[in-house]
Amino acid sequence: MNHTAAATFSELAPPAHHEEPVTGIPHDKLGMWVFLCSEVMFFTGLIGSYIVLRFASPSWPHPGSTLNIWLTAGNTFLLICSSVTMVQALAAIQRGDTRKMKLFLCLTLLFGASFLSVQVVEYWKLLHEGFNPHVSLFGSVFFTTTGFHGFHVFCGVVCMAFVTGKAFLGKYTQAHHQGIETIGLYWHFVDLVWIVLFTIIYLF
Amino acid sequence: MIQDDEAAREARVEDEERRVHRHPNYMAIFWWLFGLTAGEVSYSVFTHPPRAVLMSVLVGLAIVKATLVALFFMHLKFEKKTLGIIVASTLLLGVILVSVGMAEKLLPRP
Repeated sequence: MNHTAAATFSELAPPAHHEEPVTGIPHDKLGMWVFLCSEVMFFTGLIGSYIVLRFASPSWPHPGSTLNIWLTAGNTFLLICSSVTMVQALAAIQRGDTRKMKLFLCLTLLFGASFLSVQVVEYWKLLHEGFNPHVSLFGSVFFTTTGFHGFHVFCGVVCMAFVTGKAFLGKYTQAHHQGIETIGLYWHFVDLVWIVLFTIIYLF
Repeated sequence: MIQDDEAAREARVEDEERRVHRHPNYMAIFWWLFGLTAGEVSYSVFTHPPRAVLMSVLVGLAIVKATLVALFFMHLKFEKKTLGIIVASTLLLGVILVSVGMAEKLLPRP
């Protein structure tokens, strides 16, 4: 009786954590990719709205007349640098080099926080000059789109700080470092979205 | 049966090792991204081409940059096809969404 009950329980029990996934992709990585796909649709909605409004509007100000393109170009450079340091952190832990992993994670955190700081300065200057979400359609979509992206970067920085803290506590090894790969995917996605936003909003 | 399991496990380990140890030259990709961004900004600020040409060139460059990030930094190039199919489906939906919105403006009204 007991034997039968135990067998039934083992059949009903959820699979062990280390069981190979059917897709061949680790569950947390697949989960992050599916989440990123939903984020693609979210930003597509925002970018699509921007494009439609831009083409439908008879007069649209040249972004260069309002926005500081050089400042934002520098900020774009910061985000690209952060992507490189992020991927180097992953490469380092895959080699088993925990010292470099920590260094690159700290650099990524620094670049991410710098990006946010520059964006805050940009917003402050624009608001000070009277350019706000109420002033025009351009102002409205500009603050909505870049604001949501900035919020994503903020969430990324918070998660990155958590992962960096875990790295300093020695939680990641050459064999177990999925957390770094997962946050890296999110971080690169945020960079990818900014590449598109920068072109469409600042350079057209 | 046991031999089959072992062979499958070895194949998975080899696949994992290939995926983990195959790193592209990240610095080369960084310099490409940097150069393309500099080119984009310079083209937008210092030249005054027709609007359609400007948009086509800038969108083309942005797509190249985004593709570089997705393929090499997000390692999509080295991932399984299943993941590529998931991402491609999403991008297709995105393109449809934007195209329908654009059609409202671009297509002639009846």
